[in-house]
Amino acid sequence: MESKSFTTGNRDNPNTDLHGSKNMMASHFLRALFRIQQTSTSSSSFAGRSRRIRRAAYASMAYSAGARRAWSRALLRKLRSRARLRFPRRLSRTARPQRRDMDQAQVLRKLVPGGPSMDYCKLLEETADYIRCLTTQVRLMQTVMDSISSYAHHPMIP
Amino acid sequence: MSSRRSRISEEEIAELLSKLQSLLPEARRRGASRASAAKLLKETCNYIRSLHREVDDLSDRLSEMMATMDLDSAQAEIIRSLFRP
Repeated sequence: MESKSFTTGNRDNPNTDLHGSKNMMASHFLRALFRIQQTSTSSSSFAGRSRRIRRAAYASMAYSAGARRAWSRALLRKLRSRARLRFPRRLSRTARPQRRDMDQAQVLRKLVPGGPSMDYCKLLEETADYIRCLTTQVRLMQTVMDSISSYAHHPMIP
Repeated sequence: MSSRRSRISEEEIAELLSKLQSLLPEARRRGASRASAAKLLKETCNYIRSLHREVDDLSDRLSEMMATMDLDSAQAEIIRSLFRP
């Protein structure tokens, strides 16, 4: 994926690209990250820490969109139930060829939190917001990673 | 059902689909012709799946970094890069 700035977004689409609550997402995610580091011991497993970071990513997305969106409300419910966060990974292999857009809408409903209870129109609307939020979160994580590694190579002299 | 109502819904749906298309990476090509709804939804599903995978991958990499690096000393740098005006 092309690297895009978290602060300025995409030059072509500066307004529609990044989610409006990106600063809130960044604050929330950062706080969670530092908390995870503090509570991680040398015996913590890599996988366990990775799961916590992943969960923090979806939490910061959900909290920043809050109650405003159906997808974030569904995601918050899932997070609060402490259930494992799982999304379908592969194309579902059905015997029926997926030609019509209604079948693809069913696939999409499984990928967007809260999808199953949305009508077609609502699904399209929620999907757009979900995508904007996801791309913002991805760029946020990328930026954090880049600054940690650049710091490690060029530590500032106090 | 009145035909007028279904016409308005069609326009609404066409607009929502167009909005979705503009969010997909391939759509950034200027002058891309409007894809069929089915193709667009398929691309949307693929894109969301790839974004989910990226979150997974970045979580792994951040976990790896946190094992060896101290976040606290990089804190100022991180905050600066995220909240630069």
